[in-house]
Amino acid sequence: MTFLTRRSILASASASAIMGAALPAIALTEARAEALVNSVVTEINGVIASGKPLNSMIRDFERIFARYADVPIIARSALGQDSRRASPAQLRNFTRAFQGYIARKYGRRFREFIGGRVEVTGVRQVKSYVEVRSRVTLRGSSPFDVRFHVSDRSGRDLFFDMLIEGVSLRLSERTEIGAMLDQNGGDFDRLIAAVSRAG
Amino acid sequence: MAVRHSCAANKTEIRPTVLIKRTYYRQGLFKLALTTLLLVFMSACAKPPAGHPPEEAYDPFEERNRAIHEFNKSIDRNLVRPVGVTYSEFLPDDIETPLARLAGNLSIPSDIVNNIFQLEMADATENLYRFAVNSTLGLAGFFDPATELGMPARNRTSFGETMHYWGVREGAYIELPFVGPSTERDTAGFFVDLFINPLSYLLESPWNFASTISVGADALARRGRFADTIDSVLYESADSYAQQKTLYIQNRRFELDGGDLSGFDDPYDEFGPPLEGDFE
Repeated sequence: MTFLTRRSILASASASAIMGAALPAIALTEARAEALVNSVVTEINGVIASGKPLNSMIRDFERIFARYADVPIIARSALGQDSRRASPAQLRNFTRAFQGYIARKYGRRFREFIGGRVEVTGVRQVKSYVEVRSRVTLRGSSPFDVRFHVSDRSGRDLFFDMLIEGVSLRLSERTEIGAMLDQNGGDFDRLIAAVSRAG
Repeated sequence: MAVRHSCAANKTEIRPTVLIKRTYYRQGLFKLALTTLLLVFMSACAKPPAGHPPEEAYDPFEERNRAIHEFNKSIDRNLVRPVGVTYSEFLPDDIETPLARLAGNLSIPSDIVNNIFQLEMADATENLYRFAVNSTLGLAGFFDPATELGMPARNRTSFGETMHYWGVREGAYIELPFVGPSTERDTAGFFVDLFINPLSYLLESPWNFASTISVGADALARRGRFADTIDSVLYESADSYAQQKTLYIQNRRFELDGGDLSGFDDPYDEFGPPLEGDFE
């Protein structure tokens, strides 16, 4: 349920503490997760400051996304349960199309970030991953909360979600991709073609 | 009035118990009213069935909601969006910003009432100071000396949050005509908040409409200012109803829980780490 009492938060906190103690030492430290987010922020700031044309900035953003995010797991999350119906080749093609789609959709709005500032404000372990919290200040608007969820369960330190004021990229795209799959009659090949065009 | 009255009573009778009793009685009435209201809402907000995915909104009224969504979109396309964009483009920021500030300042008293309902006395005090400074030095709120003096930011809240605080659940997702996305809890809160602002009782007509008018003007200005973001949700997503619903619910829960993540799954549990050579 969405509603939580203080008691249930405490209970889940102590449960995860017990589980954490029973598991072997967690490899991904908070410091490493924070370092990852700092690299992402530095690279994105570099792209914005470069003053290149928009299409070239979008290509740079796609490269950053592919390098620091676990795109395959984000793409699978976006497909949800439907991902189990897809063939390995379809999943691969979908993942590639999805990566470009995200870069276009969010990269298009880079201009809003010119002159903006990002500061990391906190890091904490949540369940099996690390949450890095930051505050983003853009020109002419009050600061807002952006969080990255970082995990090493892919074998590397990568972020698998970004939340802006609580709105998760992964959950929002699950809704969007789910609607696109419905529009295409549940056909993966048609979905892949639509995702390649969208954004 | 009330304060002067009890002082007079105190002076003649010199019986502090009377004062205490009277205060107790008032508090009792107030508590009774609040508790009754909360209990009514508590039973009124629908409970999702077992097995409902916790990260999703509970939406048993989807058909009706979708009809209202189409209505809201047509209002937006034909009226609110064009007026909002024009308004925001033509009105200089020197007028737009003070209007937004006025709207904000005039709704602080209703924040304070809700702060007190939530027993957040520090928030209530901060809001009270901010309101006092901006209503006087800031000329009713057209200016914002409180921020310039480095006072704490406004603690924005609502009766919806008061209900959340006292254990009323979110209830079903509801799209309201003209207003937009809401939940059963926030819909009830919305109507209570219409009556909760002490200013609307203290000010005389037409000044008591100042708050409503400035809030409306500010809403139009925001439609214009955030046109790109709102357009992308309403007119560029594959299913604008579903997209708006998930954005609203995620953001609202974040406002109320401050980013509690117990509803979030770890996708690696569900999908496992990607296979070797899965993607290059």
